[in-house]
Amino acid sequence: MKRVRWIAIGLLGLVFLGALGASFIAPASYEKQFREDPDHPPSRQYPLGTDDLGRDRLSRLLYGMRISLLLAPAAALIATLLAAIIGGAGAYAGGMWDQFTRAFIDLFLSLPWLFLLLTVRAVLPLNIPAVASVAITFVLLGTLGWAASARVVSAAVREMRNSEFVLQARAAGCGRWRLLFAHVLPNVRPILLAQFWISVPLFILTEANLGMLGLGVTEPLPSWGNLLRELENYSAFASSPWLWAPLVSLFVVVSLFQFALGEGEYA
Amino acid sequence: MIRLAHAIYGLLVFLLALPLWSQSGGELHFTIKSDPKTTNPLLVEDDSSEIVRYLTGGVLIRVNRKTQENQPELATSWKVTENGRRITFKLRQGIQFSDGSPFTSDDVVATITALMDPKLHSSTGDAFRAGSGKVLAQTQGKYAATVLFPQPIAGLERLFDQVAISPARMAGKADASTVLGPFMVTEQKAGEYVLLRRNPHYWKKDSAGHALPYLDAVRLYIMQNRDTELLRFRRGDIDVINNLSPDLYEQLHAQDASAARDLGPSAESEELWFNQVARSPLPEYKKAWFRSENFRRAISMSINRADLARVAFRGHATPSVGLLSPANKFWFDQSLKPQGYDPKGALELLQQDGFHKDGEVLKDKAGNAVVFSLITNSGNKPRERMGSLMQQDLAQIGIKLNFVPLDFPSIIERITRTFDYEACMLGLTNVDLDPDGQMNVWLSSSDLHQWNPAQKTPETPWEKNIDKLMHAQASTLDRNKRRAEFDKVQEIVAAENPMLYLVDKNALVAVSSRVKGADPVVLTPQTFWNVEYLSLNRN
Repeated sequence: MKRVRWIAIGLLGLVFLGALGASFIAPASYEKQFREDPDHPPSRQYPLGTDDLGRDRLSRLLYGMRISLLLAPAAALIATLLAAIIGGAGAYAGGMWDQFTRAFIDLFLSLPWLFLLLTVRAVLPLNIPAVASVAITFVLLGTLGWAASARVVSAAVREMRNSEFVLQARAAGCGRWRLLFAHVLPNVRPILLAQFWISVPLFILTEANLGMLGLGVTEPLPSWGNLLRELENYSAFASSPWLWAPLVSLFVVVSLFQFALGEGEYA
Repeated sequence: MIRLAHAIYGLLVFLLALPLWSQSGGELHFTIKSDPKTTNPLLVEDDSSEIVRYLTGGVLIRVNRKTQENQPELATSWKVTENGRRITFKLRQGIQFSDGSPFTSDDVVATITALMDPKLHSSTGDAFRAGSGKVLAQTQGKYAATVLFPQPIAGLERLFDQVAISPARMAGKADASTVLGPFMVTEQKAGEYVLLRRNPHYWKKDSAGHALPYLDAVRLYIMQNRDTELLRFRRGDIDVINNLSPDLYEQLHAQDASAARDLGPSAESEELWFNQVARSPLPEYKKAWFRSENFRRAISMSINRADLARVAFRGHATPSVGLLSPANKFWFDQSLKPQGYDPKGALELLQQDGFHKDGEVLKDKAGNAVVFSLITNSGNKPRERMGSLMQQDLAQIGIKLNFVPLDFPSIIERITRTFDYEACMLGLTNVDLDPDGQMNVWLSSSDLHQWNPAQKTPETPWEKNIDKLMHAQASTLDRNKRRAEFDKVQEIVAAENPMLYLVDKNALVAVSSRVKGADPVVLTPQTFWNVEYLSLNRN
C-alpha cells in the first residue's frame, strides 16, 4: 500500500503543479471569450471544448482548481478544527458541559444561516475585489460549516469516554491530558479525517451556490464549484461527455488526497 | 334486411362524424407556475390567475393577440364620446352564463360598479382611475350600457380586455365557475392542478356553425421547475409551453425541431440603467459620470448588442432599438435604428468629458479609475451571460465592470429604497401595448421611473419634455396624434439613454404535434390565445 500512497502523492504533486502553473500551461486566459466558438466541442485548439461564452474549458478548469484546491481544504480544516474543539471538548468533559455543547450544536444547525449570508452580502461593498470576496466566502464556509461534523465527533468521543480501554486507562491512573492525547485523539483521528474529506467537496459545491447571493467566486474568475454548476444542464452532459471533466477531476483529486494522507487508514 | 340498413346507416354516420371527432374533444395540458391566488376576475394580480381569467372570462372587447386590434366580443359595437370620458356598448343578445342564466346589461353595470368600488382594491380597476370623481355605469335598455369616467382615458377600449363580466348577483365576489368565457373552473387541487371544463353555454361558433370551444377541458398543472416541464412535454404529458428560455428551446429543438418555435421579437426586452438618484450613497464623481449624457451613450456604444443576442441568447434575441420592441406593431417608432457597436467612437465621446486612458485603465479628469458594479438577479442564465460579455466589452475601453448577481429581494431593496447600487440590469415586459401602460415608467414623478424615481419636479429638461409628451399623448383620442407624441418620447429616450436597451428577447414556445389549430403569437398567452379553436388530434 505504500506504493499506492507514493503514486497518489506524485499525482497530487502533478495536479498542484498544473493548478499553480496554470498561467504557463493553460492554452488561453480563463476570461478570454472566443465569441465565434461558444459551446465548441473538444478540438486541438480547445482540448476540453469551450463554455457558453466561448471560454476555453481546460484553462478555466486549471485556474478554477487553483482557487478551490487552496481554499476549500483550508475552509474544511477550519471547520474540522472547530468541530474537534467544540464537539470533542464538550463530550470529553462530559456532564453538564456535554449537554450544553449538544444543545449548542443543535441550535447552530437549526439557525437559518442564509440570513447571515444575506447580511454579509448587504454589508460588503458591491465593488469588492474578487480575491477578497473569495477569501471571505471560504472563511464563512469554514466558520459556519463545523456543526454537522461536531455532532459526529461529539458522539464518537462520548462513546470512547465510556469505552472499556479508556476506563481501564483511567483505573490505571492515567491523567486527564494523557488520556486525551494518548488514547482518545488517536482514535478520533479517522473520524476527523473523514469529516475533513466530506467537507472539501461539500464546500466546493456550497461556494458555487453562494454565487446566487452575490458571494463566492465572482465572474469571470472560475472555481471548481461554478464549473460544476454546468452539470445542472443534465440533457447537455449526456450528449457532451467532456462536461464531466470538473466532476471527474474533483473525484480523482479527493481520492488522491485520501490515499496520500490517510496513511494509518489506507496503508 | 332492416338490420343491415341500420348497420350501413350507422357506419355512414360514423364515417361522416370521423373528421369532426378527430378534431374535437380532449383535454389540453399545460403548466402554470403557482396556484392561482384568486378566481375572482376583478382581483387578478398574479400570472396564474391571469391565465385562468383569460380562459374563463367573457369580456366586452378583446385585444386580438395576433392583429393587436380591438375586436368585439360580448359587445357587438361600442362608441367612445365626450372626448374619451364616455363609452357606450351595444351588447350581444341571447347569450347565457355557464349556469344557463341570461346575460344582460345589468351584469355589465354591476361588474363595472364593483370593479370601480374602492373597497374592492382591484388593480384591474386602477387602470381606469384617471383623476378623482366617480365612475358612473348605467344600463340603456336590456342590451346596451354606458360608462362615464370623470376624466378622459386614452386607449380606453383596450382596458376592457381585462374586465371579465360576472353575473350581477355575484358582482365583486364572483369566481370562475359561473362565466361567459369558453371554460369554467370545475376542480382545483392545491399545488397539483386546476381543471377547467368547457362552458356548455359558450356563445361562439366556428365558421361551419359548430359550437366552440373544441376542447372538452384544460388542465393546468402547477409546476415551477422548467426542466421538469420540458421533460414532461417530451413525454407527452404537456401539450404547450410558453416563454421557453433559449437554453431549453435549444434542447427541445435538437430533439424535436417541429415542436420548438421561435416566433421572433417579443414585447420583452433587457435593459440597463445607471443610478442617477441625487440622494444615493454613491461618491459624487460617480454620480457625475452617471448623469453625463456622453458617459451613458459611450457605454451604450461599447456594448456589442449583436454578440449579446447571438451568444447570451443563442441567437434567439435581436439588438434593441429603443423602449419598444418591433413586436408592438402600432406604437414602435420605425425611424429608430439600433445603437451600433463602436468602442472607438465611445472613447472619443468620453474624451469630451475629460476621460482619458492611463495605460489600459480609463480614468476621469480627476484621475479616478472608471470602475462600476452592475447588479442583476441571480439564476437567470442569459442575463448572467450578458453580464460577462459586457465585462469584456467594457474592458476594451479600459472600464472595469464588477458584475454582481444578487437575490431578487436584495435588488428590489437597493433599487427602490436604499439606492445603494451603481448600475442595474433587468428585463421589462410591456404587458400593455398602449403607451398609457408606460406612464408609471416615464413620468419623472413616478416611483417606477427607475434611474431617478419620485422627482418632485423634473430634474432635467429632457425629463420635463417627456412628462409633457406623455401627458399630451394621454389627453387626446386621435391615435395617430398620440403616436406622433410617443414617437418623440422614443426619440428622446434613444438620444439621452436613461435606460440602455440591450436586446429584445424572441418569443420561444413549444407546441406538441397533437395540438391542432395552434397559431402561436408573440403576445401572451402565446400558444393558447385562440384556445376556442384548439383541439387535440386523437389519431
